[in-house]
Amino acid sequence: MKFTEEHEWLRVEGDLVVVGITEHASSQLGDIVFIELPDEGTTVSKDDEIVVIESVKAASDILSPLDGQIVEINEMLVDEPSKVNEDPVGDAWFFKMKPDNMDQIDEYMDEAAYSKLIS
Amino acid sequence: MSDTLMHTPLNNLHKNSHARMTPFAGYEMPLQYKNGIMSEHLHTRSHAGLFDVSHMGQVVLRGNDFKQTAKALETLIPMEVETLNVDRQRYGFFTNSNGGIFDDFMFSNRGDHIYMVVNASRKEDDIKYLRENLEPLGVSVRNLENRALIALQGPTSQRVLEEHFPKISKMRFMDVSTIPIAGAECWVSRSGYTGDDGFEISIPSQAAEIVTTSLLEHETVELAGLGARDSLRLEAGLCLYGQDIDATTSPVAAGLKWAMHTSRLSGGYKEGKFPGAEKILSEISDGTEYKLVGFVPLGKAPIRANTELFVRSSSSDKIGWITSGSFSPTLKHPIALGYVKKEYSIQGNRVNAQVRGKLLEIEVTKLPFVKKNFKK
Repeated sequence: MKFTEEHEWLRVEGDLVVVGITEHASSQLGDIVFIELPDEGTTVSKDDEIVVIESVKAASDILSPLDGQIVEINEMLVDEPSKVNEDPVGDAWFFKMKPDNMDQIDEYMDEAAYSKLIS
Repeated sequence: MSDTLMHTPLNNLHKNSHARMTPFAGYEMPLQYKNGIMSEHLHTRSHAGLFDVSHMGQVVLRGNDFKQTAKALETLIPMEVETLNVDRQRYGFFTNSNGGIFDDFMFSNRGDHIYMVVNASRKEDDIKYLRENLEPLGVSVRNLENRALIALQGPTSQRVLEEHFPKISKMRFMDVSTIPIAGAECWVSRSGYTGDDGFEISIPSQAAEIVTTSLLEHETVELAGLGARDSLRLEAGLCLYGQDIDATTSPVAAGLKWAMHTSRLSGGYKEGKFPGAEKILSEISDGTEYKLVGFVPLGKAPIRANTELFVRSSSSDKIGWITSGSFSPTLKHPIALGYVKKEYSIQGNRVNAQVRGKLLEIEVTKLPFVKKNFKK
């Protein structure tokens, strides 16, 4: 698994990358009450704001970690946004994307580097 | 940054209780504790939440007697002060010469003086303003820097305080009393900022931690932070200074006419004679262009402060803006306060809110969002 400085995790599944937010991010955000996901099929560039997460207190964005296309979104989160607080690294993934170039993922941190970032 | 922030007498208690601290009005304050805003909010509604509000200003006004002090304060506010009974509290606000609001506060008659609680973000300006205007009238203004302030809010609050002072049950909403808690002389008012029953308790700083700890020993009491304080007051439809009301907003547009006493309004025996009176009295008779109302979004997205409002058929005709918006933990849907042109302010009317480039439908609804539960 890879990690971004924006506290996203990236997991490779065949030629797709599954993206979610880390335990650390979900606990910092607090109780999540609303999630807006991109449409399936959307073409995105790295750093596009593609997910909106709202906690009781405030709104924040999730940036696309890679160039590519959104191929699947986790519809469950629209009805149950609090799943992101309960299981951010498991069931509460946000979207799956097909990157234009899988090598782009290499620039991100491994688990050890990410742990160091948040410690 | 944290070494430039001021600490309340309960700072250590917060940190030992795993608070997430945040800068607020120059103080390092608890935003939330480990259970989070949602849980603290719901616990306050079902049991009792304990909030540190020591950052707020506590001020004593003292003239020769209460009457002189009351008359002096009346020169700055559109409230009736003279007729306030001993050990009773009222809500008030300073108006400015443009008919806006300089700050809002609670004030009480403590026999030979007036005790006020003002907003943290405004206390420096308030004290300067009070000194400039009241000292020439023979009234001294004392900023109480040696007292902490906590709020115990929620349906079990009375039960909690009864263990320290059984007669607390005799207090009605807006009564004030001096009672001992854990050996400290506490000034207690039956009031708060959540719409629920509760008490605000002023404590000598050196006893703040002992008193707070002893209240927290009750099984129904949990600490709650500024996050829950904000979501609770919004559910109760209560304005926050700096957000829903400020120096540019009319108290009439903000729906605060109820706080102005008839004796100070047109035809009253003490009509006017407060800053901005002409403007405010004409707004009461002629109405205001905008009104502060409650909104419930039809969708699930919270509508935040500064969101612009438009008529439903157009995105160019701006008719208002949101001043506070959050998710209501009690109602499980978003709620908001905002100003909208009077002709759109009728309950049930729908307008569009522009959120991230999209127009989302929201409906004008009655306030408060959650029914008040005061001890009358």
